[in-house]
Amino acid sequence: MKSFTYERPGSPAEAAAAVARRPHAKFIAGGTNLLDLMKLQIETPAHLVDVNGLGLDRIEDTPEGGLRIGALVRNTDLAADERVRRDYGVLARALLAGATGQLRNQATTAGNLLQRTRCPYFYDTAQACNKRRPGSGCAALDGVSRQLAVIGGSEACIATHPSDMAVAMRVLDATVETIDAAGAARTIPISELHRLPGDEPERDTTLEPDELITAVTLPKPLGGAQVYRKVRDRASYAFALVSVAAVVQPDGTGRVAFGGLAHKPWRVEAAEGELPRGAKATAEAALAGAHPTPDNAFKLALAERTLGAALKQARA
Amino acid sequence: MAGSSANAALAALPEIAKAGPAGTGGDAPVTARMAFTVNGERRELDLDLRTSLLDALREHLHLTGSKKGCDHGQCGACTMIVNGRRINGCLTLAVMHQGAEITTIEGLGTPDALHPLQAAFIRHDGYQCGYCTPGQICSGVAVLEEIRAGIPSHATGDLTRAPDVSEAEIRERMSGNICRCGAYSNIVEAMTAFAGDPSSRSQA
Amino acid sequence: MKFDTPAGRNPIDQLKVVGRPTDRIDGKFKTTGTAPYAYERHDVAGPQAYGYVLGAAIAKGRVRAIDSAAAKAAAGVIAVVTTLDVPTLGLGTMNYANLFGGDRIQHYHQAVAVVVAETFEQARAAAFLIRVDYAPEAGRFDLAALADSAPPAKADSGEGSGGDGAERVGDFEGAFARAPVQLDATYTTSDETHAMMEPHATVASWDDDKLTLWTSNQMIAWAKGSIAKILRIPKRNVRVDSPYVGGGFGGKLFVRADAVLAALAAKAAGRPVKLALTRPLIPNNTTHRPATIQRVRIGATKDGVITAIAHESVSGNLPGGVPETAVDQTKLLYAGENRLTSLRLATLDLPEGNAMRAPGEAPGMLALEVAMDEMAEKLGLDPVEFRIRNDTQVDPNEPGRPFSHRDLVGCLRLGAERFGWARRTPTPGRVRDGQWLVGLGMAAGFRNNLVMKSAARVRLDPHGTVTVETDMTDIGTGSYTIIAQTAAEMMGVSLDRVVVRLGDSDHPASAGSGGQWGANNATAGVYAACMRLREAVAQRLGINSADAVFTDGEVRAGNRAVPLADAAKAGELVAEDAIEYGNLSKSQQQSTFAGHFVEVGVDADTGETRVRRMLAVCAAGRILNPKSARSQVIGGMTMGVGAALMEKLSVDKRRGFFVNHDLAGYEVPVHADIPHQEVIFLDEVDPASSPMKAKGVGELGLCGVGAAVANAVYNATGIRVRDYPLTLDKLLAQLPDAA
Repeated sequence: MKSFTYERPGSPAEAAAAVARRPHAKFIAGGTNLLDLMKLQIETPAHLVDVNGLGLDRIEDTPEGGLRIGALVRNTDLAADERVRRDYGVLARALLAGATGQLRNQATTAGNLLQRTRCPYFYDTAQACNKRRPGSGCAALDGVSRQLAVIGGSEACIATHPSDMAVAMRVLDATVETIDAAGAARTIPISELHRLPGDEPERDTTLEPDELITAVTLPKPLGGAQVYRKVRDRASYAFALVSVAAVVQPDGTGRVAFGGLAHKPWRVEAAEGELPRGAKATAEAALAGAHPTPDNAFKLALAERTLGAALKQARA
Repeated sequence: MAGSSANAALAALPEIAKAGPAGTGGDAPVTARMAFTVNGERRELDLDLRTSLLDALREHLHLTGSKKGCDHGQCGACTMIVNGRRINGCLTLAVMHQGAEITTIEGLGTPDALHPLQAAFIRHDGYQCGYCTPGQICSGVAVLEEIRAGIPSHATGDLTRAPDVSEAEIRERMSGNICRCGAYSNIVEAMTAFAGDPSSRSQA
Repeated sequence: MKFDTPAGRNPIDQLKVVGRPTDRIDGKFKTTGTAPYAYERHDVAGPQAYGYVLGAAIAKGRVRAIDSAAAKAAAGVIAVVTTLDVPTLGLGTMNYANLFGGDRIQHYHQAVAVVVAETFEQARAAAFLIRVDYAPEAGRFDLAALADSAPPAKADSGEGSGGDGAERVGDFEGAFARAPVQLDATYTTSDETHAMMEPHATVASWDDDKLTLWTSNQMIAWAKGSIAKILRIPKRNVRVDSPYVGGGFGGKLFVRADAVLAALAAKAAGRPVKLALTRPLIPNNTTHRPATIQRVRIGATKDGVITAIAHESVSGNLPGGVPETAVDQTKLLYAGENRLTSLRLATLDLPEGNAMRAPGEAPGMLALEVAMDEMAEKLGLDPVEFRIRNDTQVDPNEPGRPFSHRDLVGCLRLGAERFGWARRTPTPGRVRDGQWLVGLGMAAGFRNNLVMKSAARVRLDPHGTVTVETDMTDIGTGSYTIIAQTAAEMMGVSLDRVVVRLGDSDHPASAGSGGQWGANNATAGVYAACMRLREAVAQRLGINSADAVFTDGEVRAGNRAVPLADAAKAGELVAEDAIEYGNLSKSQQQSTFAGHFVEVGVDADTGETRVRRMLAVCAAGRILNPKSARSQVIGGMTMGVGAALMEKLSVDKRRGFFVNHDLAGYEVPVHADIPHQEVIFLDEVDPASSPMKAKGVGELGLCGVGAAVANAVYNATGIRVRDYPLTLDKLLAQLPDAA
């Protein structure tokens, strides 16, 4: 870990300004991913702006009938919120399927969205990784790729996004609110937050470096049956091989997003029209153009079967 | 040193090792005064900002009950209770906890005055090598509080109802504490016994 | 004390303390965080500087140059020692990868430098400033590609078991060809890492030319000898202290880079240094259980009598290394007149393969016991009955050589009864519980019992306190407690009058912790020392030692009863002895046995396998402390679930390293993976093993479990996976069509 300086700003705008002011500055909230990466010098901020004291930890009803979740609401508290449990079950389930009790107590809503990949080559600084060191190559392409992306990847990167929560947020059409150094706020649909790697895999999201997430807003509840089905090798404390977030209405229509398949939560709205026809048709439409490796080709069959299980559960 | 000719490995060392005083070059540490309450006692430290909460306790306060198993949030051996919540001490900076109330294994009980869950671990042999044990126990105390507070888990059947103290709930919630010796079955027994013993609740 | 005839009645047989379920005497320290592990020794030499180890970024080649100028100049740095600063160091006993020194890189993450600084944060940061210039070389990393050309190998598991590469009895090929029922199947097992919770860690301090290492090691006498050999210093100048070990499983049988580099760094820094291997370094820097490819052939008559059995295994290792002895159990577990076992070894440039809990049997049983399940199905026999039908009471290679005591049949019968085996549906894929396909599986458990010399010293002080000193370690095995129980039984005192001091090389050398030999041998050594102390006490009290009865804190003879403490009134009494074994273990085969029973559910949609019930019935001689012995067994069962369902070091075959080298990437079972576990010990003694009449259980609990899981998965699904671990991707294609 490189040395850094540290400050605790007084407001979100000050925080954004502080990051803009100093070279190689970064926000730190829960720190569960950032510090992990700093210890390995995968992240090397010279200045940390600790946003933990900024409030931003409330969950409020919106006039539209939705919820506005402060960026610093801990994963535990979001999953435990009565409104989330009642009206956004897919989100509560996704949160509870992720990480551990200890980590959920620290990790924040915004930080969860901004998690970096768990690709083992990203984590090993002796290996080539375009995400960690642009232009160095991608060892994963011909390496061990069982956990990695089957769709949306590029010649430069086949990393996956590790978050469970983000998959549920995606199916719920959450929006992300930010503030920048100039104090300007903007609202970003979650579909536009995470990027595909393309030839710039070092950029996980469309946020500017000095842009601070202040809240995540959920539209009014969708109703329906809400399911988050996560598949992993061990029963807990593991990243998803495949996960499915589904909201299914009594008439069989609905929404579905996949985790564990791509550089971002994978949702193809056009494929959702197939939902009444079942998992096979939906998965085929959602995963058309997939380009798996021999190591991870099983994820395509698994995604379809997991969706099938989720739909069964939704109809039960 | 006894510099026999066979002693080549060590004999080579003095030549390369006379580094003189400690380096003062680039990347100089930035330090800050940190103050928090640990096990009921207010502690102040001047520490390198890079110091994790875990290392602040282990290396600077010599509270070595919290263990470092991975230093990356992958094992749970460093579990401690901060402001009433269990966290991984390895994945947080000490400087981020100014004014915090921290409880470590040392604050739960001592060899001569065991916390009831510590006693239950001994009775049910809920440990073997002992290295994950303080983290398991800190987690265990917090887990039962979390269930009582109505916080759901992946094992909770109906999210709109309060979770209960079942074995399935305990197993899921304790899954952030890895025990390679494989004492899980016994740990669940220890926690179940502790949770079911009303006399121990008030002390939790 | 020489042990060369089976034990008769002795003071241990009183079973006032030994044999009773006993809480661990070290429990109050472990549960309160006050048991000191190596990195926590603030109480010893100081002030301690911090070391940080840098691992090689290539799998094979040479180090051309190392630029450590920036690191040396960095804040707080006291010294940097690089591998080019010292000549190639010696090899530790039973190791073949160099731990440090010289320019040759044998495997990924081999240590290339250590930085010493005032603080951990400074040492870590400076390590990243070191620039290493490598000359990489092509390496061999693909076992499957090299298996066919791998030459035969001699075997030594590193834990004392093993033998010649190929052994034949009768005419295997002929008998197999003639057998009306045949099985010929190949199984593969993965590289595994010990993943003990406490990383390898050492505090090193030099006092002139004397070195003390406070470290985490299973085998103190080996460690002392190896450090002397590696650093080329006299053994008498080395002290090793390891009173608490946060798990080992074979990963701490040997001195590792932490100890060597701490010693070198402390010398360079001119002050004590402590360091730990970082978690991401451990899987590639240290040793691992090597992957295997195993072919099993079984021929039997139509009524299920095995006439031919062959087990051949290929594994890989560094040049000079030894094979994984995966065929060992097949020499002894079942009858059969015509037999073949063989080992072949490919040269690989992966990290050093070496012992991990039950080396040989752990992967070997994964193959053999699935083969037995497959064979039973071909025969239309119940798998329990098929095993019973082929039980043997003699060494099948040497029929004149009986087992000292063998009750595998008892384990299987009792296990079947307790587990409800009769309710199993033999046709696979028929039992459904909601989303779950449910299946039952079983396997035999088998692991040899090894005897070796073990010494102890026992003191009696004027307060009547008995203190035991031995270099034996407690790696979670319960050594502190069974040693205290032994001394209490022998000296007729209660457990709280006994103090046990372990893990210090200044104490008499014990058998150490490995190969499930620790409990029987170490307590037998304490028995021997206590017999000496009893003589000294009797002599001091003027009692004929043959007449003396040690009980209730007194020494009684005839109508005389004297407090034991009185014997030490005039000064502490000290006795030391060792147990040493004659030829009993050669004339009789000593082994331990189990029946493992498992119920699994396999998700019909996703193929996720979850274990629902587990039972082990064990026959392992006298159980010294049923409470801690049970824990040993459930721990083995848990590791067996890991091997069956999730544990695999993934090899990057181009770059030559284990990719998932941390505890997030290498999955071991967590709480949610493990159900309630039942363990039953058969009530038995084995007088041939030692005066304790005990054998090991620490590895028995692992041997066979994984196969029982695999057999249960087959029973649940009808899918036979012969490639461990049985991850869901191997089941998906054959699962029932999704809804």
